[in-house]
Amino acid sequence: MKQIFLILAVGMFFLGGNALAIDAYDFKNPEDAERYKKLSEELRCLVCQNQNLADSGAGLAKDLKDEVYAMVYKGQSNQEVKDFLVQRYGDFVLYDPPMKSTTWLLWLGPFIMLIGGVFILLKIVRRLSSASKESAVLNTEEQHHLDEMLKSGEEKK
Amino acid sequence: MKTRFIIPLIAFALMVGLFWVGLKLDPQKVPSVLIDKPAPEFSLPSLMREGEIIDKAVLQKNKVTLFNVWASWCVACRQEHPLLVEISRQGLVPIYGLNYKDKVEDAKKWLDYFGNPYVDSASDLKGRVGIDYGVYGVPETFVIDSKGTIRYKEIGPISEQSWSEIIWPLIQQIRAEKG
Repeated sequence: MKQIFLILAVGMFFLGGNALAIDAYDFKNPEDAERYKKLSEELRCLVCQNQNLADSGAGLAKDLKDEVYAMVYKGQSNQEVKDFLVQRYGDFVLYDPPMKSTTWLLWLGPFIMLIGGVFILLKIVRRLSSASKESAVLNTEEQHHLDEMLKSGEEKK
Repeated sequence: MKTRFIIPLIAFALMVGLFWVGLKLDPQKVPSVLIDKPAPEFSLPSLMREGEIIDKAVLQKNKVTLFNVWASWCVACRQEHPLLVEISRQGLVPIYGLNYKDKVEDAKKWLDYFGNPYVDSASDLKGRVGIDYGVYGVPETFVIDSKGTIRYKEIGPISEQSWSEIIWPLIQQIRAEKG
């Protein structure tokens, strides 16, 4: 009895997932279907923000998917579909925003940070290595002190 | 020697600055790309006058018009609604509505219940015009001038503050413009 419940529960889990994942769109050919799939994965759902259109069940995402489907069906290019949405919602809908004056910091920021980090690291390493070279040689006073310590150690034995 | 202390200090100050700005930004508010661009054309049935059509031209009849996207299912719309009713009662600026993805019956009932601040509302039952206007959350309010240009967009319910500090001054500024 318990097992039947378990099977049912697991089964329902999978049913739910499938119902969400499948969009009932008819495409003329597999290329269009693939194009639609790719586009809906590259476009952001504006309501939920950290989901793409493909994964989102929000009302607006559904409407936008319908639009994307209709445009793909009519044979419009990927660029045309993206332009359509960017005109209305801005670069924000693209998960892969274009490089331009307002986005260069977004694109280059990580590299600037990386270069800065490497620079600082090099500086520290250089300072540490030069510091250790200096201290490797003892001056006469230090050498004398060391000899004394070693000697007293031997005497104690 | 001195620079050793100054550099981290500057870096820290920059971080604090960035975080400070970041705290005030609302990631839910996507800046509209339509500001200072012509409002998209549309032609939709009127909600209040059966058989009539509302198009972009009605938004250009006055020097400034508010175009408010609303729906009876939208909870946040109730929040801003009293303010819209008050603006309309005082005759400060004409307000047109875009009834977004709603049912005509529900929309009419909602207006009966909460009051109707709109000169009229366009029924965008499928939300297609909403997409043209870049609507992604209701309510949204557009300030449109007589040339049909979108001058401002408020995302989310209009607060007393955004009305008195942004929208109302902008309305007066547009009214003072020539032409």
